[in-house]
Amino acid sequence: MDVSNLDKDKGDHISGIDRGKIVMYGLSTCVWCKRTKKLLTDLGVDFDFIYVDRLKGEEENQAVEEVRHFNPSTSFPTTVINGEKAIVGFKEKEIREALGF
Amino acid sequence: MDKVYRRLNDQVEKSGYHLNPDVEFTKDLVWGLLANEQRYGYWSCPCRLSANNLEEDLDIVCPCYYRDPDLNDYGACYCALYVSDEVIRGERKVESIPERRPPKEQRDAERAEEKKRAEMMETTEFTGKLSKPVWRCKVCGYLCAMDEPPGVCPICKAKKERFERFI
Repeated sequence: MDVSNLDKDKGDHISGIDRGKIVMYGLSTCVWCKRTKKLLTDLGVDFDFIYVDRLKGEEENQAVEEVRHFNPSTSFPTTVINGEKAIVGFKEKEIREALGF
Repeated sequence: MDKVYRRLNDQVEKSGYHLNPDVEFTKDLVWGLLANEQRYGYWSCPCRLSANNLEEDLDIVCPCYYRDPDLNDYGACYCALYVSDEVIRGERKVESIPERRPPKEQRDAERAEEKKRAEMMETTEFTGKLSKPVWRCKVCGYLCAMDEPPGVCPICKAKKERFERFI
């Protein structure tokens, strides 16, 4: 999903160090999602985030499908790295390692 | 918000459960619950995607059906709004845990199954062994034998629609 087409409260691109294509799918009300977003921000990496609960209709379906593809239980946060690896939940150690920290 | 937090905390402590002692974390989740109440009309779990449909979300209305098994296995519910005695005593740490809620297809199938079972139960005549049907609160497991389930669970305060016919 291209976050540049979304309203800023639904999703956005955060500029930073290039550690591959990182997309965090989260919910705006979820505290573990908030922690994951903060971790990525503190690490200073380049990433996209999408708040799936703020999407509607077709946009929401598309985002849910993208999450399901990597994480069949469609839970949040799901952080997808380079369209290959998904880290489900706020797994600080795993996220740091996967991004080379 | 602070009022809701305090009221929830009092009620939870009275029923023998505990909210996460990290007050800032917990208030964030209460804010999420209030946001969901506004969006959907009920306290949908802040850490799960709501279907914006109470029937589909009945299992994730806070406290959810998964809270007690998660408290037993991980010391916290999925959001970590509720924590176990061990966590309160500082013997266990709270972390992000796996999702126990089954995927949508499975939930849909289980709901259809339950509906059939409930309809069957309704048409079953009592053969004399029990004088009343038995209702089970799906949040906390409370059982009662009455003609109808209570309006509110006396143990965990879950609403009537979250009871199932048990026997």
